[in-house]
Amino acid sequence: MRPIKIRVENVSKVFGRDPATALAKIRAGLDKTRLKEETDHVLGLHDISLDIRAGETFVIMGLSGSGKSTLIRHFNRLIEPTAGRILFDGDDILAHDAARLQALRRRKVAMVFQRFALLPHKTVAENVAYGLTLDGVPKAEALRRAADQIALVGLGGFETSYPAQLSGGMQQRVGLARALATDAEVLLMDEAFSALDPLIRHDMQVQLKELQGRLGKTIVFITHDLDEALMLGDHIAILKDGMLRQVGTGAEILARPADDYVARFVRDVNRGRILLCGAFADAGVMADVEAPVIGAEATLETAFAAFAGGAQVVAVRNGDGRMAGSLTAQRVMQALARV
Amino acid sequence: MTSGFPEIWDTRSFGRALDAAFSSLVAQWGETLETVFMPVLRAITGLERGLQFLPWWVVVALFCAATWGAGRRVVPVLVVALLLVLLGLLGVWNEAMATIALMLAATVLSVLIGVPLGLAMARSDRMRGGMLPILDIMQTMPIFVYLIPFVMLFGPGKIPALLATIVFAIPPVIRLTDLGIRQVDPEILEAARSFGASPRQQLWTVQVPLAMPTIMAGINQTTMMALSMVVIASMIGAGGLGYQVLQGIQRLEVSRGLIAGLGIVLLAIIFDRIAQSYGRRVQAGLHREGK
Repeated sequence: MRPIKIRVENVSKVFGRDPATALAKIRAGLDKTRLKEETDHVLGLHDISLDIRAGETFVIMGLSGSGKSTLIRHFNRLIEPTAGRILFDGDDILAHDAARLQALRRRKVAMVFQRFALLPHKTVAENVAYGLTLDGVPKAEALRRAADQIALVGLGGFETSYPAQLSGGMQQRVGLARALATDAEVLLMDEAFSALDPLIRHDMQVQLKELQGRLGKTIVFITHDLDEALMLGDHIAILKDGMLRQVGTGAEILARPADDYVARFVRDVNRGRILLCGAFADAGVMADVEAPVIGAEATLETAFAAFAGGAQVVAVRNGDGRMAGSLTAQRVMQALARV
Repeated sequence: MTSGFPEIWDTRSFGRALDAAFSSLVAQWGETLETVFMPVLRAITGLERGLQFLPWWVVVALFCAATWGAGRRVVPVLVVALLLVLLGLLGVWNEAMATIALMLAATVLSVLIGVPLGLAMARSDRMRGGMLPILDIMQTMPIFVYLIPFVMLFGPGKIPALLATIVFAIPPVIRLTDLGIRQVDPEILEAARSFGASPRQQLWTVQVPLAMPTIMAGINQTTMMALSMVVIASMIGAGGLGYQVLQGIQRLEVSRGLIAGLGIVLLAIIFDRIAQSYGRRVQAGLHREGK
């Protein structure tokens, strides 16, 4: 298994004048609503523990107010936790002094923002080079390295444009290039695509996946959109009211929602596009030799074509070439119908 | 004479004590202060003599260059040139140069003191809470009141005129620097922090550039207020156009007052044009769309 890049241990965050006392009350059993009424403190996150592995895309999803944007800001200490530890490559970043924290932000973690947050008075190239110039890289070299990233996100030719001259999608590509330019190992993406039109958004998702495949970054991606989470995430964490409800792969969460909230959340998802044939194959029954064969890693949707072609049974084959079992149309329908 | 409000404490002796305290302050520090401000006085008189000594067309050319540098547009340059020539035609050229010298000195010093104060105010709510009432007092106190202590300290002349002008003109640049910095989009500032910008880098790469249009509006207001105060300060020996107005009053010469007054209006328009065209360029730099 890949090494752990970021480990979050029992992190809690309370907003207000005296967070420590308020947190003690929470631990003694006071709930979030009463805490707000009685002490005017807001519980942002409660006892979150997570492991994010190197090279994966880890999606944190939840509705607004769930604490997801608060959580992601703990990973580069834009927000300090009230309690808990955050380990980056095994180092507790809460113990970093100002200089080490600055070095971490300049070289190891980069962030992409929902509303782009570009510098309006600087050109595309200067924006992309921003992190490098903060780190003292000479301007000429910073701009040269920025040009590579601009080309990578498909904005070649726009180096001397200003952000306001670009469309939303193009601006977010600049935001992405700016984050890639410092060569950080971890990208924090805070609802990075939420402000974009659906089509552009899909393009950006595809482009991010492709970049991820090439660059192997660790990506922490925040979203409120389940389809986006399922498309991008190797693992997904579901957050509600500052508490973690479930962590797992998309297929795991769809197949075995941890509680009613998660179940309701995933109800309207196109399950055929997420659930994998391997998970539903009947190992007890082997299909005959003429039956069409599909991989265990294929989604149920890919099996539809075979059934549409007239097959009664489909054979499911594991990655190692051995047969995992068979799948009937009835089994597929049961999986889709959550029986 | 009886007054409606009972006399609970002795205001007259309090006033006398205050006056005595100030007089001893003057006796003790007057000369030191005068020496300290000597270089400033030399700078102002130097600037004034320089402007008066240069051929008029060189001064016009200098102003045109400044206007071009500020706005990179032709029309304001032509307007400024025309207004300066009009000023010469009115026959108040030398007086106008004296007024410009004092006003420029007051504006530059106001900006040098006011911008850092505004930045400090934007950084600390406590500082802001302390500064706001002081600024309110500075702006509402009748301006003649400032003249008294400064004249006592320095005697009539350009230095008390300069200091009274600064006190009167500095509040807008302080206020609008504070406002401009506070209005910077917090998300952009957060982005700068997330890339590891030090507080100093945040200030110079994000806060000051994004606050620039607002800061410029403050500088423009400060310039205009300095101009109006320089005129009043002529009562304590600042010379220049204001002195012509004062003479007009004393000699009951309508023409003298009117001409000097027109000169002041022309100066106001000139500096407003320069400041505004710079402000417009800065603003455009922040919201460039299809150049």
